[in-house]
Amino acid sequence: MITIKDLHASVEGNQILNGLTLEVKPGEVHAIMGPNGSGKSTLANVLAGREDYEIDGGEVTFNGQDLLEMGPEDRAREGLFLAFQYPVEIPGVSNVNFLKTAVNEIREYRGEEKMDAMEFLAYIREKMKLVEMDEKFLSRSVNEGFSGGEKKRNEIFQMAVLEPKLAVMDETDSGLDIDALKIVANGVNKMRGQDRSFIVITHYQRLLNYIVPDVVHVLVDGKIVESGDKDLALRLEAQGYDWVKGEQAAATV
Amino acid sequence: MSSEQQIIESRIKSEYKWGFTTDIDMETIPKGLNEDIVRLISAKKNEPEWMLEWRLKAFRHWLTMTEPRWPNVDIAPIDYQDAYYYAAPKQTEAPKSLDEVDPKLLETFEKLGISLEEQKRLTGVAVDAVMDSVSVATTFKDELAKHGIIFCSFSEAVQDHPELIKKYMGTVVPYTDNFFAALNSAVFTDGSFCYIPKGVRCPMELSTYFRINAANTGQFERTLIVAEPGSYVSYLEGCTAPMRDENQLHAAVVELIADRDAEIKYSTVQNWYPGDENGKGGIYNFVTKRGICLDDNAKISWTQVETGSAITWKYPSVILKGDNSVGEFYSVALTNNYQQADTGTKMIHVGKNTKSTIISKGISAGKSHNSYRGLVKIHKGAHNARNFSQCDSLLIGDRCGAHTFPYLEIEDKTAKVEHEATTSKIGEDQIFYCNQRGIGTEDAIGIIVNGYCKEVFKELPMEFAVEAQKLLAISLEGSVG
Repeated sequence: MITIKDLHASVEGNQILNGLTLEVKPGEVHAIMGPNGSGKSTLANVLAGREDYEIDGGEVTFNGQDLLEMGPEDRAREGLFLAFQYPVEIPGVSNVNFLKTAVNEIREYRGEEKMDAMEFLAYIREKMKLVEMDEKFLSRSVNEGFSGGEKKRNEIFQMAVLEPKLAVMDETDSGLDIDALKIVANGVNKMRGQDRSFIVITHYQRLLNYIVPDVVHVLVDGKIVESGDKDLALRLEAQGYDWVKGEQAAATV
Repeated sequence: MSSEQQIIESRIKSEYKWGFTTDIDMETIPKGLNEDIVRLISAKKNEPEWMLEWRLKAFRHWLTMTEPRWPNVDIAPIDYQDAYYYAAPKQTEAPKSLDEVDPKLLETFEKLGISLEEQKRLTGVAVDAVMDSVSVATTFKDELAKHGIIFCSFSEAVQDHPELIKKYMGTVVPYTDNFFAALNSAVFTDGSFCYIPKGVRCPMELSTYFRINAANTGQFERTLIVAEPGSYVSYLEGCTAPMRDENQLHAAVVELIADRDAEIKYSTVQNWYPGDENGKGGIYNFVTKRGICLDDNAKISWTQVETGSAITWKYPSVILKGDNSVGEFYSVALTNNYQQADTGTKMIHVGKNTKSTIISKGISAGKSHNSYRGLVKIHKGAHNARNFSQCDSLLIGDRCGAHTFPYLEIEDKTAKVEHEATTSKIGEDQIFYCNQRGIGTEDAIGIIVNGYCKEVFKELPMEFAVEAQKLLAISLEGSVG
C-alpha cells in the first residue's frame, strides 16, 4: 500500500523526521506511538502534502506511485485520507454540500459518473449509521460550533463517505470521552478490510484496545526505533517512553 | 510562489464573459453637456413641458455642485463634456410587440441569458430590457395589467402615467441630493417604472436588465417603484457592459416608496465591466438608491451582489418613517484586480419601533480596495428603534485592502444598536482541508467564499441566487477568490 524509505522532513529549518522507514501492506493497521515532539503529526501532514513541510530526502511510494510528487488533492483522489488532529471549520458550507463536492471531484478524477443530489443523499445516509450521526448534522456547517468529540466523529464519518485506501488518523482519540471513543473505533473497525490500510497515530494505548493494530511502531526523534505487535503498546503504557529512549541510548553506546 | 498564489494569478486573467458589443445602428446626439443637450434629450423623448422644466432645474443645480471627494477611492478626473448623453438603437417607431423589436437586440439579450420571448420563459419573471438610453422591451405587461400593476419603461410612464410620475419622482431622492443624482435628474434617458396597487401581491418577479453598448456613453437611468398600502413586489436588477478601454459613467437613481403594510424587495446583481487586469477601462458606477417606508408596518429590503465596475459608489438606503417599519440591507461586494468599491447603506430611523438589519460581506482580491461605509441614524422620537449591523471583510491574497467606516448617530435613548465586524483572510488551513478531501484549490475557494456569503444569498430569489453564486466564482477566477 505505502512504502516510506529514509524520509527526512523539516519545518522552518527544524529537522523533524530523520530517516523514517515504514511499510504498510494492504489490509494492515499500523499504530504509531511516540512522545510529544517525536514527529507523529509531521509524518501525517507530510503524507497528506501540507505545504509548510519541507522534504529533505527519502521517498514515499503509494500504490506504486511517487506520493511526494502529487499535490494534496491528487493524493486524496488516489485514496489517501487524513483524519485531522484539529479539524478545520468552514462557516456557511453545509456538510452535505462539502462532501458532495469532494465525492464528485474524486469520482471525476477517476473517470466515474458524478452522483446527483438524490443518489448522494441515499449514499450518505447509509454512511451516517456507521458513526451514529444525526440527520440534522447534514445541514450544519462543516465543523462550525462542533464540540471536540463531534469534530472527531465527523472526521471518521468523512472517511466512511470517501472510502479511502489508506487512512492516516492523527490523534483521533485526543479529546474523546470513552463513549465517543467507542463510536469512533467501531466505525473504523467496520471499515477494516483486505484492501484498506490504516496508520493510527496516537499518544496513548487506550485507543488500541478498541482498534487492535497488526503492528505497533515507536517513533522517537523522527525515526522508528522499535516495532512489535500490540503488546508493545501495553509495555509502553506500563513503562513509559523513557524505556525506549533508554534502550536507544544503550544501543548507540 | 505558492500554488495558491499561482492560482490567484491565473484566475485573475480570466475574461469578462459579457464584454461583447452589438453592431447596430445607433442614434446619438452631439457630445457634451449644456442646456441645449438637456432640451434635446427631452425633445427626443417627446416629453411634456413639466418634465423638461424639472430637468433644467436639476441641471442648473448640478452646475453649482462639485463631485464628492469623501469616498475612499482613487479616481481620475471625469470630463463631463467628453461623453454622449444619449444613445439609442435606431428604430423608426416604438415597437408595439416583441415581433417588431430588432432581432439583433433580442439576440443581444439572449446572449446575456435574458430571454425576452415570453412564451419561452418558464420562470415567470417579467423583464424590462434597457440598452444604453432606451428601454427595448418589457415583457408580461398585459398579464400584469390584469392585476392593475403598471410595469413599463420610465419614458412610457412619463407619457402614460404623468400624474404618478409627478407625484412621486424626486420625493425620495430630490435632484438636489448629491452631484450624481442631480446629473441623473438632468439627463436621465430611461429606466423602469413600477406601480403596485393597494392590496395587490405582484404575481411574478419584476426585473430590469441594463446593458451599456455604445462607446463614450454615459448611462443614466431612473427607476421608480411605488407600492400602495398592503401590496408586495419583488424586483430584480441586472447589468453588464462591453469591454472598453475607456471608463464609462453610470449614474442611476432608484427610488422606492412603500406605503402602509407594503413590502418592496429589491435585488441587484451588478456586473458592469470591471476593467482589465491592469485596471484599464471599466464602468464608474455612481448610484443613488433610496427607499422610504412611508407609513406604518412598511418594509423595504435591499439585497445586492456587486462584482462589477471599476469604481462603485453606492449606498442603498431606507428612511424608516412609518412606525414599526423595517429596513434591510444584505450585500456582497467583491473586488478584484484594481477594482475599488465604497459601498454600504444608510438606515434612517424616524418612526417608533422601527427596525433595521445590515449584513455586509466584503471580499477583496488582487490589488483591489473594498470599503464598507454605513450610517445608522436614530432620530429623536424614534422610540425603541433597533439596528443590528454585521460587516465582515474577507481578504484573498496579500495585496488588497478592506476598510470599514461605520457611522452611528443616536438621538434617542431607547434605541438599541449593535454592530459587529470581522476581518479575515481566506485560511490556508481551510484550503488544505478541502484539498485533503479531494477538492481542488479553485473549487475550495469557491465553496469557502460562497459559504461566507450564504446569509446574503439566502435573501435572493432562487434563480438569482444560483446566478450570483456562479458569478462570484467567475469573478474570483484568478483572484483566488
